This record gives sequence, structure tokens and C-alpha cells, in this order.
Amino acid sequence: MRRKLIVALAAVGLAVAVAGTAAAVEAVKVPSQTWSFGGLFGTFDRGALLRGLQVYRGVCQGCHSLKLVAFRNLQEIGLTEDQVKKIAAEYEVTDGPNDQGEMFKRKGNPSDRFVPPFPNEKAARAANNGAYPPDLSVMVKARDGGADYLYALMTGYREPPAGMQVPEGMQYNAYFPGHQIAMPSPLVEDGVEYADKTRATVAQMARDVTTFLAWAAEPELEARKRMGVKVLLFILVLTGMLYAVKRKIWSDVH
Amino acid sequence: MSATEFKNPVVRWIDYRLPVFTMMQHELHEYPTPKNLSYWWNFGSLAGVMLVVMIVTGVTLAMHYVPHVDHAFDSVEHIMRDVNYGWLIRYVHMNGGSAFFFVVYIHIFRGLYYGSYKAPRELLWMLGIVILLLMMATAFMGYVLPWGQLSFWAAKVITSMFSAIPLVGDPIVTWLWGGFTVDQPTLNRFYSLHYLLPFVIVAVVLLHLMALHQHGSGNPVGVDTRGPQDSIPFHPYYTVKDLFGMGVFFLVYFGFVFFAPNMLGETINYVEANPLQTPPHIVPEWYFLPYYAILRSVTFDIWFVPAKLIGVILMFGSILILFLLPWLDRSPVRSARFRPLYKQFFWLLAIDALVLGWVGANPPEGKFVIIGQIATAYYFLHFLVVIPLLGLFETPRPLPKSINEPVLKGDSAASTKEKR
Repeated sequence: MRRKLIVALAAVGLAVAVAGTAAAVEAVKVPSQTWSFGGLFGTFDRGALLRGLQVYRGVCQGCHSLKLVAFRNLQEIGLTEDQVKKIAAEYEVTDGPNDQGEMFKRKGNPSDRFVPPFPNEKAARAANNGAYPPDLSVMVKARDGGADYLYALMTGYREPPAGMQVPEGMQYNAYFPGHQIAMPSPLVEDGVEYADKTRATVAQMARDVTTFLAWAAEPELEARKRMGVKVLLFILVLTGMLYAVKRKIWSDVH
Repeated sequence: MSATEFKNPVVRWIDYRLPVFTMMQHELHEYPTPKNLSYWWNFGSLAGVMLVVMIVTGVTLAMHYVPHVDHAFDSVEHIMRDVNYGWLIRYVHMNGGSAFFFVVYIHIFRGLYYGSYKAPRELLWMLGIVILLLMMATAFMGYVLPWGQLSFWAAKVITSMFSAIPLVGDPIVTWLWGGFTVDQPTLNRFYSLHYLLPFVIVAVVLLHLMALHQHGSGNPVGVDTRGPQDSIPFHPYYTVKDLFGMGVFFLVYFGFVFFAPNMLGETINYVEANPLQTPPHIVPEWYFLPYYAILRSVTFDIWFVPAKLIGVILMFGSILILFLLPWLDRSPVRSARFRPLYKQFFWLLAIDALVLGWVGANPPEGKFVIIGQIATAYYFLHFLVVIPLLGLFETPRPLPKSINEPVLKGDSAASTKEKR
């Protein structure tokens, strides 16, 4: 009986080991980066957030919506109320119906959300060779690898390997699943002129806009981690005290 | 047991008319509990705590959530962004599901190891299995509510299982969906039931507690309490022990909530549901993976019974079989401490459950098919063959005469008295 058990356990162990090696072949490994918002005490790099906003507004928003983020939220990343109002006013919002029953256009308010570049999915596909640029609001939470993946994707455009045919209108990307992506390489050297005079290399822009999108996906991250440290410390002390009380109460049992 | 005299006149006035204080005194303070319970006995009350956490956060989330196919996904993000501490409430609820199942699975395996299902606690055990089934239904429907890609496709895959039923399968699925696919009526009714079922769980938990208090907790030794020297009042001894355990558990649970809230979830569920685009891998949450592996383990028809139907039967059977366990296990000895062979098979079953979970997480191809089949076969062999045979052929180690004897190792007065 015991021998059979040992054999069975060995078989299970072997199976686990074999599976581990097989799983690694399947997915493309995304290089991991160090992010300001990683770790237990991470916070978003404010400079990167503002630069990332510039990259989103200068590059991404031509095709990608950010419909869950409101202009007022930008105050959280360090813009003043007036700056937010100014940015919001640069967008045209469809509102209505008015008293005449007609829809009308007006300037954006801080309470509005980022205005999508296309009125609907059909319009977006029509303008993009049939491809649909996804909304970026929760993108960092919505892809395996998160921020690392986004950065790798934006910096992962290469010449296709010899023998691989990439169809018309598609690009080769080292990190996109299947390696064929409809989005053309979005970032070019000096594609935006940073307000803080940082040199806009492709890597710099990719880092900045990824940081910005990480904030867009998890605007609560800083508050969450700050509260988490306090909560865990509190529970730790409480648990220690409960242990002492338990010892005292149980001292007469054993 | 005479009615307790309360000093406070208000308490006395109320208790004379509505004996809630007598009941609390009886069920908490006087309730005799074996003195030798280990920390494995913490998980029952922890499960109760998790049920309360889930109901409180769930009711709060329901105040802001919109059960509509066009708004559900965005309303969850609205909770995350615009509701005060909405992110906290949602992450506590979302990770609370995992925490609840984790606690309950340990509670169940504790019961398996120490034979908690044996007479006279068969109904206590069976009510626990009913709670597990209700939890599974609740968790499944709750997972559909955020209306992400996996919400939608999990709903589709799981409800489609019922189409395996001969003749009436398809009409049943249409009836469950409230239409010809998973859509608005499905989401709406899942929301309604997801709100209802937790309160049904509360009711069954009360029955579970009634059955528990009838004969009291089992214990690691597995022999009955024989008198006051074997037991201590539940309060304060186990209230404080449970609270300390809760503190330790909360350190881990809130570690997830604050620092890795999405680690146990699938990233693709942050993509809004799209009925026209099937995700490459449809996987359930971790706590359903073993059942998913069993469901997919059958790849061949048996006579005229299609593989799909057998898979569905096996999946439900894997839980329903637990109802029979008190009668499958004929061994008079409860605790695995005194059952040398059962102890080894118990751990084999635990490993088997983990293997099933691992198979469930992977696509049903290549080696996973055969490993899943072996693990599924072993699961049923364990309950249907190994356990009945052990009851007949295993020689248990000698049992201690009482709880007090192994607890008091020295030759104290109490233990010698007990031996007589």
C-alpha cells in the first residue's frame, strides 16, 4: 500500500515538472520593468504622469478613447483647476437635447469625460481598416503583464523574421499575441514636445504614457497602498494583542 | 439547566418575555466545547465572518451597481472611481469570494481528516454541503455581474451544461437564459438571485449551527467528551482564540485587498463582454478549477450516453458524493490520527484536488487530458472504493480513553480519575 502511494506521488510530481516546462513555450515573455508605482509604497511619478498625458493627447487619442476618465480627475495628477478647465475646453462635447429638442455642441467642462475620437465602433472600424482601437481606460488592468506588456508592445515593433509574411495593413510586433498587429508603431522620436523639456525618445514616451495609463486604470492605487500599510499595521498590532489575551485566558486550561 | 438570573433589570425584563439573553448565555457561555481543539477548528467561525463581510459589502455594492448589459461594466468602474471608498468595498467583496472559498475548503478538509461527518453529526455535515452548493451558485452568478469577457463566457459555458440533459436540455437552457443567449434577462435574474441566495445561506448556516450545538464540536482526538474535565466554555476560551485566528487570517486577506487585488482574477475580465468574440482561454475562478477539470475530463461517449452528459454528471457527482460519505465510511474511528492508512489516503485526496485544479487552469490538450482523467478517476475511487474498503480492512491505532488523557500528559489527578 505504502509503495503504491509513493509511486503515485512520484507520478504526480513528475507530471507537474513536465507541465512547467511546456507552459513556458506558449506565451511571449514580456520583460519586466521597474515602475514608480510598483511595490508596497509605490506612487505615480508626477512628471511621468504629466508627460504621459501629453503623449496620450498628442498621439493615442486620435484613435483610442479614454471614456472612463473625467477631466476633473486630472487634478489628482497635479494639474490646477484652471489648467483642467483649459484642457476640457479644448474638447467638443455633444449635449442636449435643448429646449428646441435639438442636440448641440458645447465646450467640455471638467465634469465631462475624455471625448471618444469616434462616435461608435462602426465609425472607428471604418476609419481604421476594419480594426477597432480599444478604449484605454482600464487597459493596464486588462492585459496579462499590465504596464510591462504595454511598454513592451509600444517598443516592440520590429522587422518580421525571415520567412514570415505580414499581410497588408498589419505590422510585426514582438510582444503582441500572434505578432501581427493592426496598430502602426505609434511612437516616433520627438513625436511630442514635452513641456518639461525632457527628450522625447520612443522609450521615454512609452514609459510616460504607460505610467499615465496605469494611473487611468487604477486612480485609487496611491490611496489604496497608503491605507493598506496602515490597515496591515493595525491588524498586526491587534493580532499581537489578541494573542496575548488568548495566552492569558488559556493559561489555566493546560 | 435553570434560567439564568441577570442582574440588569432591563435585561431581566426582556429575557422574561423573550429569552434571547438566556439563549446567548446557553449557546456561548455555557456551551461546552472540547478543550483540545486545534487551530484547524478556527475556520468554521471564520467562514461565518466571511459571510457577514460578503453580505455587508455586497449590499453596499448593490446600491451603486446597474444590472444592465450596456451599463454593468461601466457601473463597476463607476464604483471604483466615483463612489467614496468604492474601490475598497469592491476589492473587499471581490477578494472576499476567494477568501470565503479558501476558508470553507479548509473547513471541509478539516472535517474529512477528523471524521467530522460521522455519527451523530451526519446532518451537520450534509447541511455544510448544502451551504457549499449554495455558495457555488452565488459565486458563479456574482462573477457574471461585472459583465466582463469571462463573466459572459463563463455564464454561457456553465449554463450550456444543462443542454446535455437528454430531450429537455435545450428548452431548459433557454428557460435559464430567459432568451436565446446570455443577455439582459440572464444578467437581471442573476443579479436578483445573487442578492437572494446569501440570505438562504444564512438560513442554512443557522441550521448548521443548531445541528452543531446539539452534539457539540468534534475534536482532533475524535473521542466524545465524557464530562466537565474534557470541555471548557466556548466563551471566553474559543471566542478569543477565534478572534486571534481572524487577525492572522485578515493579515493575509487584506494583504491581497490592498496590495494585489487583481492577482486572483483574470485580466481579460476587465474587457467588457463581447458576445461575438470568444476569449482564447475560458477559465473559471480558482475555486472552481477542480470541478472544471472533472467536467472536461470525459472525452468519450459510453454506449449511447454522450461525453458531455457524463462530464456534467461527474461534476455534480463530485459534490453530491459527499452527501453519502457518512455511510461510505464504515470505520468507527473518527480522527485520522488513529487511522494510519486513511491518513495517507487523505493527503492523496488533497493532492488530487490540487492536481485537478491545476488541470482545470490549463487548456484540455495533450497531457492535461490524461492527467485530468486519472485525477478524476482517483477522486471517485477514493470515495467509492478506498474509503469503504478501509472501513473493513484498516486496523486503527488504540484510542485514548478520553480527551483529557492525551491533553494532560502527566499523571495528574484528573486523568487517573477519568481512567476508572
